[in-house]
Amino acid sequence: MTTTRTIDRASLGWLGLLVVSTVGLPWYATGGIGASALTLGLSDRPWLLPVAGLTFSLAALALIARDWRRHALLLPLVIAALAALLLQAFGIGLNGPVLPALGTLFPTAASGQTGLGLGGFLAGLALLGLLSDGLAARGFCRGERFASACVIIIVALLTLFVFFPILKLGAAAFTDETGALALGRFVERITAPNLWGLACFTSSQSCGVVINTLQLGILSATFATALGLALALLVARTDFRFKRALRALSILPIITPPFVVGVAIIVLFGRSGMLTQFGAELFDVRPGRWVYGLTGILMAQVLAFTPVTFLVLLGTLEAINPTLEEASKTLGARPLKTFSTVTWPLLRPGIAAAFLLAFIESLADFGNPIVLGGGYDVLSTKIFFAVVGARYDLGNAATLAMILLGLTLVAFWAQIRWLGRSNYVTVTGKSDAGLVAPMPPMLKFAAIAAVLPFAAFTIAVYSIVLLGGFVTDIGRLDLTPTFGHIWTAFSFELGTEGLRLYGSAWDSMITTLWVSALSAPLTMAIGILTAWLVARQDFAGRRAFEFGTMLSFAIPGTVVGVSYVAAFNVPPVDITGTMIILVISFVFRNMPVGMRAGMAALAQIDRSMEEASQTMGAGGAKTLRNVVLPLIRPAIFTALVYSFVTAMTAVSAVIFLVSARHNMATAYIMGRVENGEYALAIAYSAVLMVVMVACVALIQLLVGKRQLGRRTGMTGATAAQPAE
Amino acid sequence: MKDNAETQDLAIEFVGVVKRFGDAVAVDGIDLAIRRGELVTFLGPSGCGKTTSLRLIAGLELPSDGHLRIAGRDVSRDPASERNVGMVFQSYALFPHVSVLDNVAYGPVIRGVKKAEAHAKARGILDQIGLGGLHDRLPAELSGGQQQRVAVARAIAQQPDVILFDEPLSNVDAKLRRKVRSEIRALQQEFGLTAVYVTHDQEEALAVSDRIVVMDKGRIAQVGTPEDLYERPASAFIANFIGDANLIEGRVMAGRFAAEGLDVPVSGADGPASVSIRPERIALDLSADGPARIASGTYLGSRMEYAVTLGGTELLVSRPISEPRLEAGQPVALRIDTGGVTRLS
Ligand SMILES: Nc1ncnc2c1ncn2[C@@H]1O[C@H](COP(=O)(O)OP(=O)(O)OP(=O)(O)O)[C@@H](O)[C@H]1O
Ligand SMILES: [Mg+2]
Repeated sequence: MTTTRTIDRASLGWLGLLVVSTVGLPWYATGGIGASALTLGLSDRPWLLPVAGLTFSLAALALIARDWRRHALLLPLVIAALAALLLQAFGIGLNGPVLPALGTLFPTAASGQTGLGLGGFLAGLALLGLLSDGLAARGFCRGERFASACVIIIVALLTLFVFFPILKLGAAAFTDETGALALGRFVERITAPNLWGLACFTSSQSCGVVINTLQLGILSATFATALGLALALLVARTDFRFKRALRALSILPIITPPFVVGVAIIVLFGRSGMLTQFGAELFDVRPGRWVYGLTGILMAQVLAFTPVTFLVLLGTLEAINPTLEEASKTLGARPLKTFSTVTWPLLRPGIAAAFLLAFIESLADFGNPIVLGGGYDVLSTKIFFAVVGARYDLGNAATLAMILLGLTLVAFWAQIRWLGRSNYVTVTGKSDAGLVAPMPPMLKFAAIAAVLPFAAFTIAVYSIVLLGGFVTDIGRLDLTPTFGHIWTAFSFELGTEGLRLYGSAWDSMITTLWVSALSAPLTMAIGILTAWLVARQDFAGRRAFEFGTMLSFAIPGTVVGVSYVAAFNVPPVDITGTMIILVISFVFRNMPVGMRAGMAALAQIDRSMEEASQTMGAGGAKTLRNVVLPLIRPAIFTALVYSFVTAMTAVSAVIFLVSARHNMATAYIMGRVENGEYALAIAYSAVLMVVMVACVALIQLLVGKRQLGRRTGMTGATAAQPAE
Repeated sequence: MKDNAETQDLAIEFVGVVKRFGDAVAVDGIDLAIRRGELVTFLGPSGCGKTTSLRLIAGLELPSDGHLRIAGRDVSRDPASERNVGMVFQSYALFPHVSVLDNVAYGPVIRGVKKAEAHAKARGILDQIGLGGLHDRLPAELSGGQQQRVAVARAIAQQPDVILFDEPLSNVDAKLRRKVRSEIRALQQEFGLTAVYVTHDQEEALAVSDRIVVMDKGRIAQVGTPEDLYERPASAFIANFIGDANLIEGRVMAGRFAAEGLDVPVSGADGPASVSIRPERIALDLSADGPARIASGTYLGSRMEYAVTLGGTELLVSRPISEPRLEAGQPVALRIDTGGVTRLS
């Protein structure tokens, strides 16, 4: 702490990184160590010179300035360098200049340039670091440099990996195949009769895709909410015997790849399904294809989403203060009256939340419609077919994606409007002590009647998943045990040359494990950091920042997938077909979950503990490590597990992003389902689920879920006071 | 910290400091100099900006305008971690996951002192503060008072330029307050610390401070020693806020203040004026033809407090408990100690 600071270590770190990445590292993704911005700029790519030149100016400033961070020239230079970097990166594409002005300025730009490499990305990162340093010196984030760097870098990442792809996709909807603006094409696309047709309500023809999507969403949300409510009432308000089993059941869908239920339904009810055959023999009718289409998707979705609605409604029910119901009883109301006048009105917000949640999930669902759809198209599958396969039509896919995104955002907006941001709090909300009112008997029987078929169905589906991979042909009820399917997928040989993996599934399994293992800690880190920034830091634009992260959560996976296709298969960020793009897509899709877990945990912690740490000389990073992280361990665990599990089971975004070299388990299974290899698909799914559970156990072992004991509960009470 | 800080005796300087939160102005232009080794109290009604001023010193907020110097160095843009200011939080803010010893050693360890050395130092301070046997406990295993002392020990252990207390007694049992506050005062003097103390309890402020800064709506209303403020309040707000006061409107003419039934000497120019008279500076004379009447009496244990009407005004008068009680309606004469009359601006 001296007043004659020239440049300190942190700033020197960023500056050093900047110099190394413009002078020493390969600027492009393709190219050797020698091909840095400086050397290329001096030979035939003069548009790289401004970045290199500004880098040297910054270094020179560091040598002469007395107080570098506060020097009036620092921010202008950094911003100019960032602008120069972005302008050349986006202004000159693979086939020459995108901005004609750059073409006249730099004739050699006509030969184009490839995507940015290590040097380019690290130079960008270093400039962002310097920007955050300079801003912190001017009071941004209360002068806290670590927080400032986190804000700037996370905003940049979100912009690059969430908003830029969506914008690029949006642009694709308004352009034609050559990339020229074509409003006419957009009008044509968005008014296409196969989008909005209402024929299914009046005839046996099918409706438009949008109508189908909405119809499915509403039906599926209605049924899932009703079932969820029945379950929640049974668990919270009766002495129903199988409560624990019901709670356990609700965890299953989280670890179930989304289309597995669909496959099980085909095995049960498909053309040659078990029950179909059985029914056909019983009633002597020809087996039908009724399960393909709305009915089948609906069954699968209700099964998949009911646990979510159940958890939301259980949270709401448990948060209802029983004294209210008691009060009603002491005033002489009968159970049914109490329920309809007290419990039901208090439940309504929870019901709305559950409905919207299921609706949003249904809009985003890709796995079930693609397995069970038959001729019933919904937006997510239609988008997929528009970019995969022979009829590649990005403009059309983009238009459909924009419609899907619009619908989702409306539902999301309604959810926020209705419930504020409290909806995740109610999920865990616990009530005061007190006796809950028993349910009116009539209601109880209705609930049981609704729940029993659901339970039976769930058990049937999961028995098939567990059993199907290990018997010869479960569809035809040939229950001879076999490891044949597993062996096809995972055969190996332990020979003289060591372990050799022959099975067809190994590649995708290993990629999946890699991607999950890489993305889980990254997702957790970015999610928790973001939560900490939003909950604890004070910076201009914090509200917008928070809103942006929430928005990124609302984007359906299919839309993310197709937007990545639109944005990242051309320079400057050309990462299609790599494992990086898979990891990145998971990190930014799942990050909001980690963030929510982090925010909920931080809300429980008195922020003056962090402030105490700061006054004792710990900067943001040390405070985070020494004080915050130890206290929010459960949230870290949640974030890790969630992101790991989602990376293993998600299909909607990755299906667009996998490549022959980097295939993922879910995409592979999907392929088997399309080929009708159900047994193999089921066997692989079962293995996937087992691996997942094992990994979760491992994470638990590593992170530990140790809660601070009851003794600390005492300070917890004082700590719960809001900081002044 | 810095050599030239010795030449100038100031620990903290506020120069036109303003803090805005959006549209709200929490601190509205404060100029204040705090000397080394001094204990200064920020006193004022709720929401007047005491905590905000304290947090500005700590670096937990940065001023929107103006400058702040600590030990001669301008720290207006420095974050908390780059200042050297210890703070005792209202909720104590002990780290629940580490032992008492690690809590106290945290500051030195963060600043690069070796762990063993920091622990030795923390032990020394804990022993000195009377918490010798509790090193290995977790904060949750201590009583409230002990937690408070650990918080103080932790702030002292970092050898701060300034130590800050934000309402340190608000979580302490009412009976213990007097004891704890004199302990804090003793520690502050023993370690020669510059301290800033926030409270909205005027008695506490009078008891511990070298000087008191009374704040009102984000501004400084008056600065002075406890005696200054009590005996010579600058405004009706101060007179009312610190202790009880009779505020009387009237006129000054030729060095005498006159109001209905009152005539006392004051200083200053002629014209309309108001004065403050403390209740204990008025004595009551039992004379049958006195101009005033007892309206009511309140028993306060250590003294009696009477409401006395004099013409149209009602005055508060306190009287030792050993004197005979007075009945409501009784006529009395007032004898005013002229040293206790303060003209308000
Ligand atoms: N982070 C903040 N955001 C917005 N307004 C704030 C913030 N912190 C304080 N304020 C406002 O600034 C004003 C001064 O607050 P401050 O906490 O300094 O008061 P105080 O004097 O400590 O009051 P108390 O005696 O009640 O603790 C209040 O009106 C408060 O609402
Ligand atoms: Mg306060």
